[in-house]
Amino acid sequence: MKGWGIDMWGRLSLEALPHDIVTIGGVVGGGLAVLAGVAALTYFKKWGWLWREWITSLDHKKIGIMYMIVAVVMLLRGFADTLMLRAQQAVFGAGDGGPISADLFQQVFSAHGTIMIFFVAMGILFGALNLIVPLQIGARDVAFPLLNSISFWLFVAGMMLMNLSLAIGEFSTAGWLAYPPLSGLEYSPGTGVDYWLWSIQIAGIGSLLSGINFLVTIFTMRRKGMTLMKMPIFTWSVVGSMALVLWAFPILTATLAMLTLDRTIGTNFFTSDLGGNPMMYVNLIWAWGHPEVYILVLPAFGVFSEIVPVFSRKKLFGYKSMVMALMAITVLSFTVWLHHFFTMGAGANVNAFFGIMTMIIGIPTGVKVFNWIFTMYKGKVSFTSPMIWFMGFVVTFTLGGLTGVLLSVPGIDFQMHNSLFLVAHFHNMIIGGVVFGLFAGITYWWPKFTGFYLHEKLGKIAALCWIVGFLVAFVPIYILGLMGAARRLDSYDPSLGWQGLFVVAAVGVLIIGLGVVVQVAQVAYSIWKRKELRAPHDAWGGRTLEWYAHTPVPEYNFAVLDTVKSRDEFWQMKQENRFRSKSTLLPIELPKNTSAGFLIGMTAGLIGFAVIWHIWWLVVIGVIAVVGLVIWANLREETEFELSVGEILRHEKSMKRAGL
Amino acid sequence: MKQAAVKFTNYKSSLGFWIYLMTDCLIFASLFATYIVLLPGTAGGPGPKDIFQMPLVLTETLILLTSSFTVGLAMIALSKKNIKQAIWWLAATYILGVAFLTIELFEFGVLVSEGHSWQASAFLSAFFVLVGTHGLHILIGLIWLLVMVIVLLRRGLNSKSSRQLGLFAMYWHFLDLVWIFIFTIVYLMGVAS
Amino acid sequence: MLEKVEKLIKQLSSFLTMKRIYITASLGLVIAFLVMFLMLPGKNIALLDPKGLIAEQQLDLLVFTTLLGLVVIIPVFVLLFVFAYKYRASNKKADYQPDKKDNVLLEIIWWGIPILIILLLSVVTWVTTHQLDPYKPIESSKEPVKVQVVAMQWNWLFIYPDHGVASVNELPMPVGAPVEFSITADAPMSAFWIPNLGSQTYAMNGMTAKLHLVADKPGVYPGMNTNINGEGYAKMRFKANAMSQAEFDAWVSRAAGSDNHLDWNEYTELSQPTKDIPPRYFMLHESDIYDRVIAKYMDHGGGNKSTDNQNSGHNHEGMGH
Repeated sequence: MKGWGIDMWGRLSLEALPHDIVTIGGVVGGGLAVLAGVAALTYFKKWGWLWREWITSLDHKKIGIMYMIVAVVMLLRGFADTLMLRAQQAVFGAGDGGPISADLFQQVFSAHGTIMIFFVAMGILFGALNLIVPLQIGARDVAFPLLNSISFWLFVAGMMLMNLSLAIGEFSTAGWLAYPPLSGLEYSPGTGVDYWLWSIQIAGIGSLLSGINFLVTIFTMRRKGMTLMKMPIFTWSVVGSMALVLWAFPILTATLAMLTLDRTIGTNFFTSDLGGNPMMYVNLIWAWGHPEVYILVLPAFGVFSEIVPVFSRKKLFGYKSMVMALMAITVLSFTVWLHHFFTMGAGANVNAFFGIMTMIIGIPTGVKVFNWIFTMYKGKVSFTSPMIWFMGFVVTFTLGGLTGVLLSVPGIDFQMHNSLFLVAHFHNMIIGGVVFGLFAGITYWWPKFTGFYLHEKLGKIAALCWIVGFLVAFVPIYILGLMGAARRLDSYDPSLGWQGLFVVAAVGVLIIGLGVVVQVAQVAYSIWKRKELRAPHDAWGGRTLEWYAHTPVPEYNFAVLDTVKSRDEFWQMKQENRFRSKSTLLPIELPKNTSAGFLIGMTAGLIGFAVIWHIWWLVVIGVIAVVGLVIWANLREETEFELSVGEILRHEKSMKRAGL
Repeated sequence: MKQAAVKFTNYKSSLGFWIYLMTDCLIFASLFATYIVLLPGTAGGPGPKDIFQMPLVLTETLILLTSSFTVGLAMIALSKKNIKQAIWWLAATYILGVAFLTIELFEFGVLVSEGHSWQASAFLSAFFVLVGTHGLHILIGLIWLLVMVIVLLRRGLNSKSSRQLGLFAMYWHFLDLVWIFIFTIVYLMGVAS
Repeated sequence: MLEKVEKLIKQLSSFLTMKRIYITASLGLVIAFLVMFLMLPGKNIALLDPKGLIAEQQLDLLVFTTLLGLVVIIPVFVLLFVFAYKYRASNKKADYQPDKKDNVLLEIIWWGIPILIILLLSVVTWVTTHQLDPYKPIESSKEPVKVQVVAMQWNWLFIYPDHGVASVNELPMPVGAPVEFSITADAPMSAFWIPNLGSQTYAMNGMTAKLHLVADKPGVYPGMNTNINGEGYAKMRFKANAMSQAEFDAWVSRAAGSDNHLDWNEYTELSQPTKDIPPRYFMLHESDIYDRVIAKYMDHGGGNKSTDNQNSGHNHEGMGH
């Protein structure tokens, strides 16, 4: 009989600590990094500053920056996973053994996919949304600042659970979408799948709340005069992306909840006996999963639609058709999920229908590419580093589009499904599309929030490393797919002769790694040389309202809210030289800091941890705490403070004196 | 003579709340879809016909419909700034909500005690989780209602509390609507099939 | 210290001119591609080297679709680099029209051409999806060979019900005769694939998926699982051995006469999670093993998964709508 002491901690015991050398290395490395951070904060007495200026802040710009920092740190972890996967396949895959066991290999690729999608791509995406959207629509804040903070801290809680699995317990071995019955209790009795479920469930609810927040922000808080068809195209892309969040994430929430119940209280939704139906899970998860791809890539399209006109010094070609294309992609992305499992035995009619719907998405996407290219036509194109990212994006993304069309034909997909060809294709879309887009955006908007440029040459070198590295890493993966290599193999038959191509792919990853190192160096060097790299408020000759705001952006964004007259409002203002505001300065209300978001997020994480380890009393405490915190957050009175006209004037003057 | 109208809506928060209700609707849609797919998955156990007690369910339905009505009456009272009457109607709503939940839990209890728990088959899993998720929403609504009534008693009616009550009314009617779907698709069609 | 670093950076920076960087990048790319393509001769590039009718048709489809895609992609690449070069900021001769009006004709062209291409591809897709439907029997003068496939953790069992034999991790098949696979799993969802012969199919508990393939040339072709189903996933491989009818018949009589008998007990032992069992042949002692594997997941008399093998795989179309 188990004693009270053991029961009290559920499944948790010393056994949960890592045993193999690779994981221990990861835990020690990660632990040292956290310790170093804690030590630095203590030494420089920055805890109070961290709490007041960042953790409890409801300023959308600060929340955006925090999203970025978390996402970039997670990018480094996800990239470390990549190195392990590629090293295994290039060095040990053809033999037997090596330091990474099959089980660990499966944990690593499951973690890699989960981290890169949920905590890197989504993190940078929401970071960018927070930073840019309110400024672009000329607003002072998002619609619900507290909800925004809650979303962010739920995202952090999910991230923490995800990383905790490294130190306490294990991670899922069922891949990034954890199909049952493999992810069911019968085949995965450990805590790995539970960690996966709770980390993305919590982060996903955060994303859902953000979706509501940004859609309401865009629909209700646009500057007067900014009609929908005068909205900057990045904001339009966010409308599409957030509409998809609202449609797709509830499905994810419900699906994950059902799998959690299967694993926790013994329901039979997706079990392979007692009437359960694993295929239902596959349908539901892709009904979320496919739109998710567009949630990520639409804003990347938006970024390029901002960058290309600015650096071509010419207005965007075909604004209306860009908007149409964006909305078409948004709607169509819900009609294609079955193309992720053509080989599951649906009839030819169904397969053909979903294949054709998938190809149709290629039309608006192609139109966007042509519109970008024709924006350069009769422009004055300066090849700054964002434009290098753009060139790389068009080349790689178009290739990915071609392989995507191939995969959308069921007859071809029957041969390529679950092969490395498929793996190369979606990395092609995510790296060539989403990542290049987001990096271009970071480089482009960096000076707005810091007051200095990122070093241009280093930026160009980094972009080239990524582009060349991407091609060297993934062309061999395409070829391996054509050779009949399945995905997720930790070992393969050496007589097939795949090793050479895996080595080339690993070299490609190292080139990308060099790019990452150069990017880190770029940021460090730019901070060091920030005085030489100082940027004016209109850093690039911008066209949209964010470039009209001061640099760095004050807490209230804009002192006055003048009516918008045209599509490229700031460009037009510069053309007509109308900078004198006719509005009078009024006091501004801004949200007060609150710890509610942080506390709710962390408590949600605690509930997740407690359920994973079956520590039921802690679950009860956690639930009561969350309910209490939500009530408390709701009852807060006087959630805003007022900035008087005098203070605003003082602030505006100090900005002018700084020469900005 | 002109009475200043109490504002129940705020453009931002009511749009936000509508969108939230839509996402909640999609959660229920996912659960409904799963329920329909898993309906034949009884694993040799009982199907809908064998376990539903229609008199109880009908009572639940009437109670919930009535509670939607009382919320409406409370809102009318509030718009006339008659706080005392509003609180009475809200209290009635609260009692009806508790009654609804009690009957639902009783129904669940009977099923479990007869060996038809959520573990017995996929159909029962889907049933318990679909109906239970609605019940959980009712529970959350009841906690929300309780807090608001206390706030109303302590702080009186202001723009914030009236806005929240407006949102609550929306939420409660929404749950009523979801229940109508559950009643029709799960219970009526289940018994008829 | 800092000054030294600064000096070093300056030196490095003046050495690494953008021109040199671009040249290095291009050279690196060329070398990498050369190395890759030098690796290819002598390798089995299965999808481009089909050994059966289905894989051949799929290769034709692949080539056709790629060529069609190039119709859009080549103009994109050409226009991208031509415009980028011609309208570079340093080119003072180029025309500059910052407020150039949208050109409706141009936009109609690039909405129109992709629409036409996709229209054509849709027709092709509709036809080929039906033609290549894994459930569709292959027309042939020869009698199809029936094979029941069970994906286990982590081995493949092939049962030849008409021949009264079975085999683990090796799939002997006669050249030229269509093979009718019935595929199920006694493991988490797995997938059956022989790249040289064509189409893959998921294998799922309690259900049968159908697949029809044919080998037109003799040879030993790698086969595998492509869907992760646990720790031994990567080791879950088999060899599809296409041989002449005479060789196949000889193999069947060898297996039928062997001392290895496959009955339910033997099956239960075989289906325990293991990796890398060397190929083995059996005389089929009980003919209903495949049906019993399927029934395992319907012990409780469940109603939703039919044992009617012909239809059950097609039952789930339309799910989730």
